Amino acid sequence: MDLLPILATLKRHKTAAGLIVLQVALTCAIVCNALFLISQRLERINEPSGLVDDELVVVSVVGVGPSQNADAQTRTDLQALRAVPGVQQLSVINQLPFGRSFSMSTMRTQADRNAPGVGVASYNASEGWLQALGLRLVAGRDFEASEYLDNSTLEQSETGKVTALVINKALAERLFPGADAVGQTLYGISDEPTRIVGVVERLVTPHPGGSDDMNVYSMLLPVRESFRGGAYVLRTEPGRREAVLKAAIAALDQTGPGRILRQQQLFSEMRSAYYAQDRNMVHLLVGVCLALMVVTAFGIVGLASFWVQQRTRMIGTRRALGATRGQILRYFQAENLLLSGLGIVIGMAAAYGISLLLMQNYEMPRLPWSYLPVGALVLCALGQLAVLAPARRAAALPPVAALRG
Amino acid sequence: MFAYYLDLALRSCRANPVLTGLMVLALGLGIGASMTTLTVYHVLSADPLPGRSDRLHLVQLDAGQLQGWRAGEEPDEQLTRLDAQNLLAEARAPRQALMSGGTAIVQDQAEQAEARSVSARYASADFFAMMGAPLRFGSGWSAADDAAHARVVVISHELNERLFGGADSSGRSLRVQDTEMRIIGVLAPWRLTPHFYDLNMGSYARVEELFVPFATAMEIGLNRAGSMNCWGNERVNDPLAAGANCAWMQYWVELPDAQARQDYRAYLVAYAERQRQAGRFERPPNERLRSVRAWLVHKQVVPGDVRLQLWLALGFLLVCLTNTVGLLLAKCLRGTPQIGVRRALGASRKAIFAQHLVEALVIGGAGGLLGLLLAWIGLLGVRMNPASYAELARLDGPMLAACIAVSLLASVAAGLLPAWRAAQVAPALQLKSQ
Repeated sequence: MDLLPILATLKRHKTAAGLIVLQVALTCAIVCNALFLISQRLERINEPSGLVDDELVVVSVVGVGPSQNADAQTRTDLQALRAVPGVQQLSVINQLPFGRSFSMSTMRTQADRNAPGVGVASYNASEGWLQALGLRLVAGRDFEASEYLDNSTLEQSETGKVTALVINKALAERLFPGADAVGQTLYGISDEPTRIVGVVERLVTPHPGGSDDMNVYSMLLPVRESFRGGAYVLRTEPGRREAVLKAAIAALDQTGPGRILRQQQLFSEMRSAYYAQDRNMVHLLVGVCLALMVVTAFGIVGLASFWVQQRTRMIGTRRALGATRGQILRYFQAENLLLSGLGIVIGMAAAYGISLLLMQNYEMPRLPWSYLPVGALVLCALGQLAVLAPARRAAALPPVAALRG
Repeated sequence: MFAYYLDLALRSCRANPVLTGLMVLALGLGIGASMTTLTVYHVLSADPLPGRSDRLHLVQLDAGQLQGWRAGEEPDEQLTRLDAQNLLAEARAPRQALMSGGTAIVQDQAEQAEARSVSARYASADFFAMMGAPLRFGSGWSAADDAAHARVVVISHELNERLFGGADSSGRSLRVQDTEMRIIGVLAPWRLTPHFYDLNMGSYARVEELFVPFATAMEIGLNRAGSMNCWGNERVNDPLAAGANCAWMQYWVELPDAQARQDYRAYLVAYAERQRQAGRFERPPNERLRSVRAWLVHKQVVPGDVRLQLWLALGFLLVCLTNTVGLLLAKCLRGTPQIGVRRALGASRKAIFAQHLVEALVIGGAGGLLGLLLAWIGLLGVRMNPASYAELARLDGPMLAACIAVSLLASVAAGLLPAWRAAQVAPALQLKSQ
């Protein structure tokens, strides 16, 4: 294909050609970054929690008056909940992933208080947590019965000490790279060291996916919360969640007066609500990308149609001189390839520039190189598709068109 | 002359319905998208206290321990209870209020009344005057009530609707967590955007339903809510105790002018110095005194997603504009022979330019109208969002004017180049070439 005649023609339509290049460049720059944003959001939304999301229901209650013995009431509640048909396992937990509260401690590997520490989300969980949440231990063991403490004991006296700790794998790898974390000790809960007895494969923090990359470490303490400081988490069969939730609420109504429900939810709904904003953003970005491509495609169709009309005489003359339909078609396709190619090159540079701005202002990671060829390919295909109809119309022009002019 | 150009423009549009439709659609989409996001941005970056926000200031002190300290570091956003109470007692500003968020269980007096959990704010007396809280019935409490730990509350319009059907409930009593409280004030409907005095509750959270004097709330043991930062080496058994090394209270002062701000700043430095000498503060004085505006900017209250959406929409508008310029240009150039004839018959360049600009304005106007419609639909969509700010997204007068201005500007911008190109057409040449 000879490019010279194309260049010669384009030279006479510098403005229109420039506008197409500009439009393709802008679209390319925006689409590349938008695709990256979409992939980031999807990664976040689909990040596994480590829990059996689809089998959990959460109920929490709050006392109307000052309760005399919250611990005893909690034990009564647990007993009643255990009797609810369909409940396979349950536990009281101070905070849950995708929930409202977030409590964390700074943990250190040395006793020295000035030693640097790591911010770790801390979950207090009562007996049965491992089975209730469906977490997977990859090393060590579960807490032993003697290790559990009531939070009230811990708060009120100096006798209670947290002696055992289960951490997530991310924290184990961060603190003891290449070594066995089980048996090691950490400081930060009290003056005395706490021994790590187990490591779970995966457990997200209460607010996963923030921009802060410290927000990945979590640990579990063998501390029993009362209903005042925690929520009941029930593990059920996936299909029976709603029924169990209803029965659990009814059971709690029987166990103690003067309390009102604070929360009753399927855990998967909590998760879904937590990511609602991200899902929204994904839909929006997809919508804008599609709209951009449609607008750009129509722009190309419009200008190409105009060019075909304007060059009727030229096309007719070339056809009369023996050019085949295929050659005319390819002429317009090559012309579009040239224009979109130029637009894409400029667009990739702009995409990179936008990415740098996003990095500065929104703490976004750098746009990976792999997105540029993807964007280029998409826009090339779009241009070729858009020019096809006008180019076919041009190719269909009979040779005599030159004479009719 | 304008009527004639308008007629020509309409004719030209009718002659190329598809091309015209594409241009209107592209412009409409671009304007609709950018106006939707611009409206959301406009609403979310609103001034919560128009005319007064530059007088209110958040006080920050650095009460942390020396270990891990870096000079110039941002101090905690909240004060310890002791510091807040000290500053309040010394009362060096014309008005000041300490406060914290919470949740409380309320029941009206009727025996079978269902208890409900409501959001609460525990504050000192100046709160209502400082925040411009509109009272429908009764009044806020006084400093004397604070000192006496009076069992009084102010309730929101919504809570009054739910409990008392909207009647004047001031003087009636309410059970708050087993304690008998007297309602002394009922607020008129009130929504602060953003919820600036305590962003921990959510930047666009609703105003609380129950207001209790801080001292009273502490005395009867109401639940606290919000963020809390504790430090030090001792285990904190009661973080709400006055002596605890825990920062969890917001403290706002009203300072009328620059002089007052300067004086108050000096006072804060002196206060911190005194605390250091007393052995409480370990760090050198490191105070902050931010106005409402500065505070909102510092906290980047407008969600990052919203700013991102705004840029995205503006980029989209730019593409749509480029597209419209290209198509308009094609349309103008296609009409070159007619322009040649008109020029040959004596039309001036100015007349050709004006005619094409009018055509661009017609298309721009149509695009703007479509854009307005799309923005309206877009905002409807935004309001169905789960986000806390969703319901605030409404087109108001200024935004409507901005919308119209943007569409006119956009169409003029899109029309200038093609109109100029059309005006360049030489009279005779075109007649010859065909």
